[in-house]
Amino acid sequence: MTQLILEQALNGLQFGLMLFLLAAGLTLVFGIMDMINLAHGSLYMVGAYLAAAVTQASGSFMVGIGTAMLVTALLGALLEVSLLRRLYARDHLAQVLATFALILIANEVVRMIWGAQPMLLNAPEALSGPVSLAGFFYPAYRLLLIGVGVLVAGLLYLLVSHTRLGMWVRAGASNREMTEALGVNVRLLFTAVFAAGAALCALAGAMLGPLLAVQVGMGESILILAFVVIVIGGIGSIRGALVGSLMVGLVDTLGRAALPSLLREFLSPEVASSLGPALASILIYVLMAAILFWRPEGLFPARG
Amino acid sequence: MRPTKCLFALATLLLLGTSVHAAEASRTSVKVGFLSTLSGPGAGLGIDIRDGFNLAVKQLNGKLGGLPAEVIVVDDQQKPEVAQQVAEKFMKKDKVDFMTGIVFSNIMLAVGQPVFDNKTFYISANAGPSQYAGEQCNPYFFNVAWQNDNLHEAVGKYVMDKGFKNVVLVAPNYPGGKDAMVGFKRFYKGKVSEEIYTKLGQLDYAAELAQIRSLKPDAVFFFLPGGMGINFVKQFVAAGLSSDTQLFAPGFSADEDVIKAVGAPMLGMFNSSHWAHDMENAENKRFVADFQKEYGRLPSLYASQGYDAAFLIDGAVRDVKGRLDDKEALRKALEAKHFKSVRGDFKFNRNHYPVQNYYLRVIGRDAQGRITNKTMGTVFTNHADAYVAQCKMK
Amino acid sequence: MGLYASSPRRRIAAAMTLVALLALPWLMQSLDQGFYVSLASRVLIFALAATSLNLVIGFGGMISFGHAAFFGAGAYTVAILAESGVVSAALAWPLALAVAALLALLIGAISLRTRGVYFIMITLAFAQMVFYLVVSLKSWGGDDGLLLLRRSTFGSLDLKDDTTFYFVVLATLALVLLALDRLAHSRFGRVIQSIRENETRMEALGYPVFSYKLVCFVIGGALAGLAGALLVNQSGLASPNLLHWMQSGTLMVMIVIGGVGSVFGGVVGAVLLLLCEEFFVEISPHWQIGLGLLLLAVVLWAPLGIAGLFGWGRSRE
Repeated sequence: MTQLILEQALNGLQFGLMLFLLAAGLTLVFGIMDMINLAHGSLYMVGAYLAAAVTQASGSFMVGIGTAMLVTALLGALLEVSLLRRLYARDHLAQVLATFALILIANEVVRMIWGAQPMLLNAPEALSGPVSLAGFFYPAYRLLLIGVGVLVAGLLYLLVSHTRLGMWVRAGASNREMTEALGVNVRLLFTAVFAAGAALCALAGAMLGPLLAVQVGMGESILILAFVVIVIGGIGSIRGALVGSLMVGLVDTLGRAALPSLLREFLSPEVASSLGPALASILIYVLMAAILFWRPEGLFPARG
Repeated sequence: MRPTKCLFALATLLLLGTSVHAAEASRTSVKVGFLSTLSGPGAGLGIDIRDGFNLAVKQLNGKLGGLPAEVIVVDDQQKPEVAQQVAEKFMKKDKVDFMTGIVFSNIMLAVGQPVFDNKTFYISANAGPSQYAGEQCNPYFFNVAWQNDNLHEAVGKYVMDKGFKNVVLVAPNYPGGKDAMVGFKRFYKGKVSEEIYTKLGQLDYAAELAQIRSLKPDAVFFFLPGGMGINFVKQFVAAGLSSDTQLFAPGFSADEDVIKAVGAPMLGMFNSSHWAHDMENAENKRFVADFQKEYGRLPSLYASQGYDAAFLIDGAVRDVKGRLDDKEALRKALEAKHFKSVRGDFKFNRNHYPVQNYYLRVIGRDAQGRITNKTMGTVFTNHADAYVAQCKMK
Repeated sequence: MGLYASSPRRRIAAAMTLVALLALPWLMQSLDQGFYVSLASRVLIFALAATSLNLVIGFGGMISFGHAAFFGAGAYTVAILAESGVVSAALAWPLALAVAALLALLIGAISLRTRGVYFIMITLAFAQMVFYLVVSLKSWGGDDGLLLLRRSTFGSLDLKDDTTFYFVVLATLALVLLALDRLAHSRFGRVIQSIRENETRMEALGYPVFSYKLVCFVIGGALAGLAGALLVNQSGLASPNLLHWMQSGTLMVMIVIGGVGSVFGGVVGAVLLLLCEEFFVEISPHWQIGLGLLLLAVVLWAPLGIAGLFGWGRSRE
């Protein structure tokens, strides 16, 4: 039993850390530019497709990931300069719709280039098996995802809280006008942050590709989760994004694993087996609504 | 598809209106509405059915039953409501004579009734829900593949015969998945320690695999068609479960589409099928050779079903001499099955589902070193489905 | 306040459209193209759904990203009632409306405490809850949705007949539009529009802003439920995809293309979007690129939508 819980907790951690890769970029864009970007999930999809295509062509997963991150970052910067910049001053409805339009366009372009069937992206042979972990087996690849997630979180922490660039970013998130007045080139900063967020999306897409499937529409389902994360954590806060990701990852995974059997203790098996999964699947949204109700700015509000 | 139609909408509509009324007796062409899953994780299945169907039409020089064939192919995106809209269009706008192609039983059940009410013949090249085999059997529904339970029944019997004692079952939560579990348990009488239902289209099985690990079964039977099965097998092996637990699957989860994606981890896996590409009969040899020539890959069972569906239509249209509006005669012609299947012989039962043999296959390397299925032996001979008794159709 | 202004010219246009719509089934039947009658019903039902969202967004200024929840709630209510033997439209449709209204009251009462992007996100979260709840409840069909094998019965009217059903849908939509036009010119309408323009001022003037917004939200949700009840009758399936957030997005696209805050914005948008889908999908399977570009163009250069381009939209004085 403890082994089962431990394994599920690791699964939740892995899921949460991958969500963090998406949420980190999203929360900064949202926080600094006050911009709802639904197309964030499309960058994740494009990154995954690029990684799959380059990996197939070059035979190296590492080359695939590197290229995907670089190209997606460039695409992100291009998108920011050409289109998104014009939306910062507009209302949220305009932002939602323009980026919704980007989702439609991105999905069709990907379908035109790579077809409607999912693409295959396999993990490197060395990582396709299990490793022994204190007496039980755990997939090596999922451990790698946890490692990468922790590494990125650490790097981001150092970058945001101990460098000048990070200081500007934090300043921009808490008060944009003031930062601008202090002489920081906010436009350039926005583009850089957006590109970095896009690169993290591509990293998440490429890393999750072998585990899930590289397919059209993969961005839409995960995008909403990323929004849940940043709203829970507080818009604009990297720390909030990390805490929110881990909460969502663990609550979702452990809820699905434990709720049905927990309910079986109190209710009849039929009721438990139909109610359990239903409750488990809405748990994170209940969490989000509750947090918004009591702390409307999220757990770690960036704006003071 | 037909862009001109939009441009000359009114004129064409007028022409169409008159032509439909004029053609009461004998038709000059036959229209087939092919509705299938051609995008997303289930796309591989629909594409194989389509390619099998198209290959047959090509071999017949673009004709079905001697009449020029128009096959309208549309993707259902694996969404019931999309399928419904397409079906409505097929019936009311294109006025097709036959429909075929649906992969998933939930989509079949969403589309079926309006199609039957419209007296359009549906030739199922895959979905075989228990409902249409039993109480809701219908004169306008024919299935050239199998009833959903059948392939699972065959695995159940084999697992039972081999003496496995503790089995975990995994299937998606949709009608086909439920039929699979019922079918397996009809012939496997040992202990089932858990039945795990997953979301249709689920791709990450970490939670389910952890659960299986804690249950320690000696065998796992899973039915996860298309991309779901590909991910399940990969993650099963990655989690290190394959060393203590034997995997069993129906042919759907161990056919060429899955083998191509997963590769070596599939070696040694047992599965059941009513057809295999190494079957020795003239029709099958021609099918397998032409399919490889045309598409550059081995056909799957889905492709064989699409191919058979086309030949069933071909034989029936020929038999009624193009009088497609004589529904009663057409139905009799379909029931009589005027064609030779690539799986050897089979008959339609009273409920229009096949009575046929089921075989056991194992995945190994063939003479050229390719990883593929080999037929081992026969599990059932002239096997019918379990629901025919509830079918009131005469 | 000329927001929902009606001029003689517009009245004539509306009357002509109505005549054309009344003649449509007769024309299509004589051409043996009954399919288009069915398609037209579908378009008008989506027009109703979009109009209901336009009431909330364009009129009430509340950017709800969870409108699909109410649309789906109406559809599921009718399908669930039919499962348990209630097939009378006179009973099932008002109940669908009531269930959607109740859901809107619940979601609105909590969500309206938040503002701006948090409102967008919390309505989205609630819609997702409804979506996942329905998907995981096996007795409501789960992923497969619920089939409605027979259309509702409505007195002596034969709703199974596509033409009769079409007229029922048309009448419903016309009545709703008429009522909304009245509402726009009522005291309530004027207050809610002023709230949209300047909430703080209205609060300072002593208006119960929260209640006004909630009522507007609930009316929008209820009308979406009615649209859902009609849609499940048209298609025969209450599908979880009706509740998906992409559905909320599509409804938003309709009103933005048609014109946010104009009476006919929802109708224009739904008609345009669905007819484009119907015809362009046959020309190219990638037609959604075109739709995306159109939407971008509308957002960037024509924020008042198609209705705005032709001067049917809101005019500020």
